[in-house]
Amino acid sequence: MKKFTTMTGIAAPLDRANVDTDMIIPKQFLKSIKRSGFGPNLFDELRYLDEGQPDQDCSGRPLNEEFVLNKPRYKGTSVLLARENFGCGSSREHAPWALEDFGIRVVIAPSFAEIFFNNCFKNGLLPIVLSEAQVDQLFKEVEANEGYELTVDLENQKVVTPSGDELAFEVDDFRKHCLLNGLDDIGLTLQYADDIKAYEAKARQQSPWLFDAIK
Amino acid sequence: MAGKTLYDKLFEAHLVRQNDDGSSLIYIDRQVLHEVTSPQAFEGLRLAGRQPWRIDANIATPDHNVPTTERSGGVDEIVDPVSKIQVKTLDANCDEFGILEFKMNDQRQGIVHVMAPEQGAILPGVTAVCGDSHTATLGALGALAHGVGTSEVEHVLATQCLITKKMKNMLVRVDGELGAGVTPKDVVLHVIGVIGTAGGTGYAIEFGGDVFRNMSMEGRMTVCNMAIEAGARVGLVSVDQITLDYVNGRTYAPKGEQWDQAVAAWKGLVSDDDAEFDEVVVINGADIAPQVTWGTSPEMVVSVNDTVPNPANESDQVKIDGINRALEYMGLQADQNITDIKLDRVFIGSCTNSRIEDLRSAAEVVKGRKVADNIIQALVVPGSGLVKEQAEAEGLDKIFTEAGLEWREPGCSMCLAMNPDKLGAGEHCASTSNRNFEGRQGFGGRTHLVSPAMAAAAAIAGHFVDVRDFVKQ
Ligand code: SF4
Repeated sequence: MKKFTTMTGIAAPLDRANVDTDMIIPKQFLKSIKRSGFGPNLFDELRYLDEGQPDQDCSGRPLNEEFVLNKPRYKGTSVLLARENFGCGSSREHAPWALEDFGIRVVIAPSFAEIFFNNCFKNGLLPIVLSEAQVDQLFKEVEANEGYELTVDLENQKVVTPSGDELAFEVDDFRKHCLLNGLDDIGLTLQYADDIKAYEAKARQQSPWLFDAIK
Repeated sequence: MAGKTLYDKLFEAHLVRQNDDGSSLIYIDRQVLHEVTSPQAFEGLRLAGRQPWRIDANIATPDHNVPTTERSGGVDEIVDPVSKIQVKTLDANCDEFGILEFKMNDQRQGIVHVMAPEQGAILPGVTAVCGDSHTATLGALGALAHGVGTSEVEHVLATQCLITKKMKNMLVRVDGELGAGVTPKDVVLHVIGVIGTAGGTGYAIEFGGDVFRNMSMEGRMTVCNMAIEAGARVGLVSVDQITLDYVNGRTYAPKGEQWDQAVAAWKGLVSDDDAEFDEVVVINGADIAPQVTWGTSPEMVVSVNDTVPNPANESDQVKIDGINRALEYMGLQADQNITDIKLDRVFIGSCTNSRIEDLRSAAEVVKGRKVADNIIQALVVPGSGLVKEQAEAEGLDKIFTEAGLEWREPGCSMCLAMNPDKLGAGEHCASTSNRNFEGRQGFGGRTHLVSPAMAAAAAIAGHFVDVRDFVKQ
């Protein structure tokens, strides 16, 4: 998993509530054998005017120019501003996979659906809950200022606006630790790499037939 | 202090570390990979820039999606595009990371749980995982083996460890002797009927008692394979001379001096006489008759000479509803004789019953006979290329084809119908596989789980018959 410490990036406002995971990544793309490559199909039905098919080259598809992420001023977005209950519906982990693959590292909303919220942390994505008033204010600022960037500082748990306003946010200690250090389950287990190696050294002595046999 | 169970010993021997939250990190000696549950795991490794911890702990083969009809054209000629991509992806991943894989047309290819022990890749005392719930099969060798999900496949690839919690111990003891014509499949179906599909949840089940002590390794694999159908992720049999004789000489088994060293270590892989189990179930082997499932869960099983249950005899409403729902799906009547169930297809195969002994026992029944006219299709699908080769050397393929059964290439086939072998809606199938869930063998299909001998007899009769009477005719 990618580490998350501090980042600064273009913010884009997705102004609708209850964005579900079907909207984030429609079902026809779940047949893939991959965990990556979902970026071109992120928000497929909002983003394109035609119906997307799996394994299709999206570069020539007709774009919905009205959709926020298609507007030139939001090119390279890495912070998504959203409304309440973001990520509701199906538990598909493909949703955070798609956001991450697109280049989004932070989603800021007044509330998130729980499974989606959990899935984000497993995939190096930081979901931030701010108050409705704060989110509203950010929506206004981002729409008023082209090139609007937000800085997200996980260590100090704050979002910093271009004018220097600091918005504090909460995050679970354990999850913060994992994100800061880029640790997923695997990352956590690899912290004990020395224990694993010590076990292995002993096993190699006791049961040498279990090593280097299959090749 | 009480002695230890085999499960306790295996678990403790592989403990890398006890975590503060009560979970344990255990070392995994072997991982078996197939095409369905591994692609995202490999992709995860790549995305994180990780390498597999230990290449030589892994062995792979495609099985779920491979066609079982003539396939000399290779992977490119797999008709279903999704299947083709999955098989190709496994090939590419194994090539990229240098993992040993028996590709589709390799003689050693087969169903993961048949191939791995056959190669000696699974040995007594190892821990093994595979992204497939029937990994329990491998416990027959005195190995701690169970199925895992895709994220765990990735975890094991990356760390050679699994985060897990210790299970409870259950002993299923079957005493005495089995009657003639009663097979390991009947034993395990009977056990599931007794303890129920959730009876083993949270337990590692060890199969003990004279019946298992006298059972062949292949029979023990059939039994452990279905531990998961009793809810237990792990099935186990203590190591004895039968285990050692099975392992000796296999490709990846230790040789020479290492063999002696291994045998000395494996001798201790038994539950101590004074080991305490959290639960003990005792069954008399002589009470077990050939079994047939009538419903849509493996616990819905009766003896071949019984009748389909009548919900009127039950008092529990949940059970009554369950029986009614199953009767409707299966198109059966309460109190109907099992032997009156007419069949449309027969499937002899799957990781439960596709080894050479299974094929021999089916061939013995059909030899010199003909498949009944009402049977649309009777498939025999060997569990691996090597099983196929052995069967052909013994002339079993001829016996099957002369009787009107189809002789196929190895794979999972109609066990789960991911390849083109499927039941039609409403069709009844005598199947030697392990799951009779709704739609498992094809949309609307009706599966009856039986032993290979029972399936063979049913193919000839066109309906279920007691194979013990049948062979006397
Ligand atoms: S034969 Fe059936 S149960 Fe066994 S691994 Fe294949 S699909 Fe799963």
